Amino acid sequence: MEILRPSIVGSVESNDILIQIEKGNGIKINLESSVKKQYGEDIEKVIIDTLKELNVKNAQITATDKGALDFTIVARMKTVIKRATKKGDVA
Amino acid sequence: MKEKELCRTMLFCPATNPKLYLDAPTFEPDSIIFDLEDAVKYDEKDSARELLAEALKFLEFGKVEIYARINPLYTEFGEIDVRRLVPAGLRKMRLPMCESKEQVIELSKLLEEVEKENGIEVGSCKIQASLETPLGVKNAYEIAKASERIISISFGAEDYTRLLGVDRTKDGSELFFARTQIANVASIAGINAIDTVWADFNDVEGFKKEAKFGKQLGFAGKSCIHPSQIEVVHKVFTPTDEEIEKSIIILDAVKKAGIEKGGVIKVNGKMVDIPVIEKARRIVTLAKGAGKI
Repeated sequence: MEILRPSIVGSVESNDILIQIEKGNGIKINLESSVKKQYGEDIEKVIIDTLKELNVKNAQITATDKGALDFTIVARMKTVIKRATKKGDVA
Repeated sequence: MKEKELCRTMLFCPATNPKLYLDAPTFEPDSIIFDLEDAVKYDEKDSARELLAEALKFLEFGKVEIYARINPLYTEFGEIDVRRLVPAGLRKMRLPMCESKEQVIELSKLLEEVEKENGIEVGSCKIQASLETPLGVKNAYEIAKASERIISISFGAEDYTRLLGVDRTKDGSELFFARTQIANVASIAGINAIDTVWADFNDVEGFKKEAKFGKQLGFAGKSCIHPSQIEVVHKVFTPTDEEIEKSIIILDAVKKAGIEKGGVIKVNGKMVDIPVIEKARRIVTLAKGAGKI
């Protein structure tokens, strides 16, 4: 899937994650999280796995994590990718 | 006769907020209803739906029944809600603003299609029809009987009073007709009736009074908008120790006398016949469901 436009989803509320996606060369992830030291690799793995599942090969991701569990990260990733790859005008 | 589930409380949670998926079950409502409709902004419908779908796949909710209030099928979101959430594990949904049997049949057909496409047993997905308009209340019976998938009907007083052109008052007299109609219809159909929300969660006494009156009218439970309302409703809708003890004595006596299917005996000086036996059974079932036996 090709990223057609920058998109954003989520929030910086507790247990959520704010994810922005834009066009890129290859996959690049910029993660900010208070638990990055402990869980940074795990969070990035969930992000990468979701990109792979949806066949996104080129994207730049900026994520601000506020203690999101995996189900939230997956859900936010799927939504942001759908928004960024949807053809036609997006409100 | 359909088996009625224990549904004293249905706690509303906006489906947009990840924290609520973790917090809401800890308040131990009988069910949680994740809202995709009114509580979700137009441009966040997709993210709310996706969050609920992933939560259904990842999380364990224990004994708490999970419902989604889907968007009506006449909106652009209703069908997508069903197509995304049923494969993810959703089995119970509230259909808002239901006004006719045709709307139930339309949802039922869509569910059958989605069940077949995903290898889910046909009929697994159940519907609670929400009656929130004068027309919906008028057509309550045909709605309740429109599909085997209907397990309950619920009342929504805010839209109902808006359309009736009246204010919603604390004594609720303007709701009397609708509430009695819905409870009566649910009884005929052998399903649960779930009472409307009480918006002023700081007015505990008013809330308690309305919940008690709902029980008296025949409702099985009440929709809640705040965790603090759960304990109040559970107290109202759970049989007292005295009621449970009395019912157990009656059922024991009935068993000894062998009159389960008909006949009359005297227990503690009072006549016991089929209606009394049925009430005792209902109380014991409720008490078991509530973990009191």
